[in-house]
Amino acid sequence: MKEISFDRIVDAVRKICIEANCVIEEDVASAIRHALEKEESPISKKALEVILANHEAAKQKQMPLCQDTGVAVFFIEIGQDVRIVGGLLEDAVNEGVRQGYADGYLRKSIVANPLTRRNTGDNTPAVIHYNLAPGDRLKILFCPKGGGSENMSYLAMLKPADGIKGVRKVVVSAVKKAGSNPCPPVVVGVGIGGTFEKCALLAKKALTRPLGSPSPKMELARLEESLLEEINKLGIGSMGLGGRVTALAVHIETFPCHIASLPVAVNLNCHASRHKEITL
Amino acid sequence: MSGPIRLNTPLKDEEIAKLNIGDFVLLNGVVYTARDAAHQRMLEILAQGGELPFDLAGQVIYYVGPAPEPPGHVIGSAGPTTAGRMDSYTPELVRHGLKGMIGKGQRSREVIYSMVECRAVYFTAIGGAAALLAEKIKESRIIAFPELGPEAIRQIVLDDFPAIVANDIHGQDLFKTGWKRYRRRKRRKTG
Repeated sequence: MKEISFDRIVDAVRKICIEANCVIEEDVASAIRHALEKEESPISKKALEVILANHEAAKQKQMPLCQDTGVAVFFIEIGQDVRIVGGLLEDAVNEGVRQGYADGYLRKSIVANPLTRRNTGDNTPAVIHYNLAPGDRLKILFCPKGGGSENMSYLAMLKPADGIKGVRKVVVSAVKKAGSNPCPPVVVGVGIGGTFEKCALLAKKALTRPLGSPSPKMELARLEESLLEEINKLGIGSMGLGGRVTALAVHIETFPCHIASLPVAVNLNCHASRHKEITL
Repeated sequence: MSGPIRLNTPLKDEEIAKLNIGDFVLLNGVVYTARDAAHQRMLEILAQGGELPFDLAGQVIYYVGPAPEPPGHVIGSAGPTTAGRMDSYTPELVRHGLKGMIGKGQRSREVIYSMVECRAVYFTAIGGAAALLAEKIKESRIIAFPELGPEAIRQIVLDDFPAIVANDIHGQDLFKTGWKRYRRRKRRKTG
């Protein structure tokens, strides 16, 4: 049994909150540079150049890449041989968010009640997804999620008869409908299968895979590639200004499902696709 | 793409009339920040016949909820938010004299119609370029609704703030035009 202290988790979370929001990850920066090479539209090219310049400005000034520093979304993998001492894991994560968002001058974007809408003032509570794993490590992945891209999410409960053709239609039309709103070029996270809620989570999980790494399942990798090609024919371009690159990547995750069901969920990330992982 | 056009606020009708979609502009002068919650309050004030926190005539609203300012900075990261969320409020403000908006993303038909009717213009800035755009803001102070936190109305002063004309007074739409130009249609089977 390995013991990990409450305070250590708070510090780690505080640190990745600031880093994920201020420093672009190399997989994303490289995808943007690649997009710039492929793009033919002068106005979209210009937008991509501005995006790259912003990466530098944010890093130099230690300021967030985007003013929308998002909902604090976490994927936490807890080794079954880990024991957390000194407090609850959830409290530690929320305390880390509180400190990170204050010390990093990050925007507080959470309202306590979706209907009465008063800001909680510290960007908590975080949205946390837990998974148990073998071993004695605690892996914390932080993916701040902006409202502009999250609002463009879509879920459809298809009929099995709709098949792969139906799935493709759902994905492409979600990106098309989203248009300029999610800050393209986007990363497209697709969940297929499971139940209603499992499918949505698969789509979000798909966004956490590093850019440039296709699905290890051959048939899914092929589907990702052909969907990306189809999406990039839409002409939306960077920031919706018209162009050849509308998406940087399509990532698909699947899960077994009921004989009557074919759920499909689409979750989009903006061109910054922010994420930062730490292992304790 | 042409060279940038330098504009000063408040915007004058004759300057707005010269703008076309795709024009690069550098905005200078006072503008006001407002997003969802502030718009809702402004519309409530107008419905009750009250006085808005600032005079809309000739003015520009920047759709932004900035990050807090670190020490030594005027403002934190401050890029545009999705303009479409303000669509249901916008025609009313345009009819009350609002002349320009800065945001990101496409507008509704109703908003575009109101801009043609009242000769107003919508600029798109580059979403996510917030650290860079903050450098173009030279002054910032909250003038209304401080309790809304990042959604408070601020009076800010722009210095060569870069944006692109996305909707002009002729009813043109940069997004639609751009998508049409770069869209690749599926080949239809014949025979």
